[in-house]
Amino acid sequence: MHIAKDLVAASATPLVLGILAEEESYGYAILKEISDRSGGRLEWTEGLLYPLLHRLERLGYVESSWRTPEGGRRRKYYAITEDGQRELAEQRKQWAAVTDALQDIWKATRTLGPLAPPVLEG
Amino acid sequence: MTGSDTELEAQIAEWRTYMLRRKAISGADVDELEDHLRERVGDLTESGLRPDEAFLIAVKRMGRMDELSREFAREHSDRLWKQLVLDPDRDAAADAERRRGLVVMLVCAALGVAAIKIPALFGYGFDESGEFYARNLGLLVLAPLAVYFAWRRRLNAAATGTVAALFVVGAVAVNAYPMDGDSQSIVLSAIHLPLALWFVVGVAYAGGEWRSGQKRMDFIRFTGEWFIYFVLIGLGGGVLTAFTVGVFGAIGVDAEVFISEWLMPCGAAAAVVVAAWLVEAKQSVIENMAPVLTRVFTPLFAVTLVAVLVAIGVTTNAIDVERDMLIMFDLLLAVVLGLVLYSISARDAAAKPGVFDWMQLALVVSALLIDILVLIAILGRITEWGFTPNKSAALGENLVLFVNLAWTAWLYIAIIRRRKRFALLENWQTGYMPVYAAWAGVVVLAFPPLFSFT
Repeated sequence: MHIAKDLVAASATPLVLGILAEEESYGYAILKEISDRSGGRLEWTEGLLYPLLHRLERLGYVESSWRTPEGGRRRKYYAITEDGQRELAEQRKQWAAVTDALQDIWKATRTLGPLAPPVLEG
Repeated sequence: MTGSDTELEAQIAEWRTYMLRRKAISGADVDELEDHLRERVGDLTESGLRPDEAFLIAVKRMGRMDELSREFAREHSDRLWKQLVLDPDRDAAADAERRRGLVVMLVCAALGVAAIKIPALFGYGFDESGEFYARNLGLLVLAPLAVYFAWRRRLNAAATGTVAALFVVGAVAVNAYPMDGDSQSIVLSAIHLPLALWFVVGVAYAGGEWRSGQKRMDFIRFTGEWFIYFVLIGLGGGVLTAFTVGVFGAIGVDAEVFISEWLMPCGAAAAVVVAAWLVEAKQSVIENMAPVLTRVFTPLFAVTLVAVLVAIGVTTNAIDVERDMLIMFDLLLAVVLGLVLYSISARDAAAKPGVFDWMQLALVVSALLIDILVLIAILGRITEWGFTPNKSAALGENLVLFVNLAWTAWLYIAIIRRRKRFALLENWQTGYMPVYAAWAGVVVLAFPPLFSFT
């Protein structure tokens, strides 16, 4: 299934902040996490992820640090900040409002939707 | 698996250098992306791919570099303009070094301005004392540049002493020799002293390691880039001058004395140092320009030189060996060498010979033929009229260029036929540099007494 570009862009920030709210992480792991959580339907490019991480850092929602795990490579870790937590809560509210409204509308229009074609009588 | 591991490392290293060329992606970002790339290569090899296959897929997944760099540029648009003023990496040490460079540049540019104006205090105004400035101009503007590099490179005492001593020798020679204001010797000195001193500046540029071929190649690159910046600053200065004259003329104030006594000499003297600073501070901006100019002008110069040869052949006119003509031909040959040097410096030494190399060979060979014609003309004049300073200097210069061009052509043929490695040509050019310096030195120091200061 292809997810429209606008939708990917709109959901990018809450997805990243949400993943980082669970625990700090780094670029490749975040990308994998997003792919896993969406069942492979959300395939982000590096060109989307890293500039986004850098923007979130500029806005103060995440902070980064270079660390070398034992026996590993030097790696840049991102962690969510308090501002980031607030932003995530705010985005959650907005998304909840949108999904609630959508759910409501889906229910009301179920019989008209393309998923359930009307049964022909005759 | 060590074989494919080293291959993978080489591929990643190559990928890194490509990434680092992108202005919007800083060194730290490349580190981050490299970590990402390695992680993905690791995952893919675990699932059964060979490292080289995994690398290809990982790079492909990362998306085209242009797109990636555009996305980075969108987020980091600041870097795109900042790199015109400052370098993108913001390490504290690099910052301090950059500030130091800026201060050193400002001080040395001020020194240049002072050097050009202080003689006026002793009655040598820029407008009236043409002869004084003909003798000393190179000295006055290049000494601050040498100071700049000695300071930047933290030159050791021995090298500093050598550079200073060479400047003093040059200063004594041009000023102490009793040359008339309209003699050939003084004109030759005025041309050759700056050339000789430029190589002395090169010693300071190389931080004293002037024997290193790598440093010499860097200095060749620096020379071309410095020239480009100097011309650009000169163009800007020309516009400024035109406006100054026009605007002050409109309100009835004559700005000409100010311009000829202050704006132009001071601006040019400062520009010598500023251009040098710009070359180092904005290295990557020009690196894209010089090879492009070389690519554009190599075919054009090759065609021009062939046309000259054809014209000489058809008309059977001999080359006129008046001074202006000789200077022009020497400059032409120097430009040809410059084109060759530039394409050598920008060329990937491992690349296979291509069409462009044939073009270069055509350029070198036609320059060589023209040089031979000039040499014949000069020798003809010398056997007829005897040695004069001008003709001897021209003879020497053309011989020096002849040897270089001949050996360059020979090496180029061998390279195109894949008998020799490209690096040999580079070694030859850098190894030959002291010959120019020596010849310029001989003309300045030995010619005036040899020709009894005529």
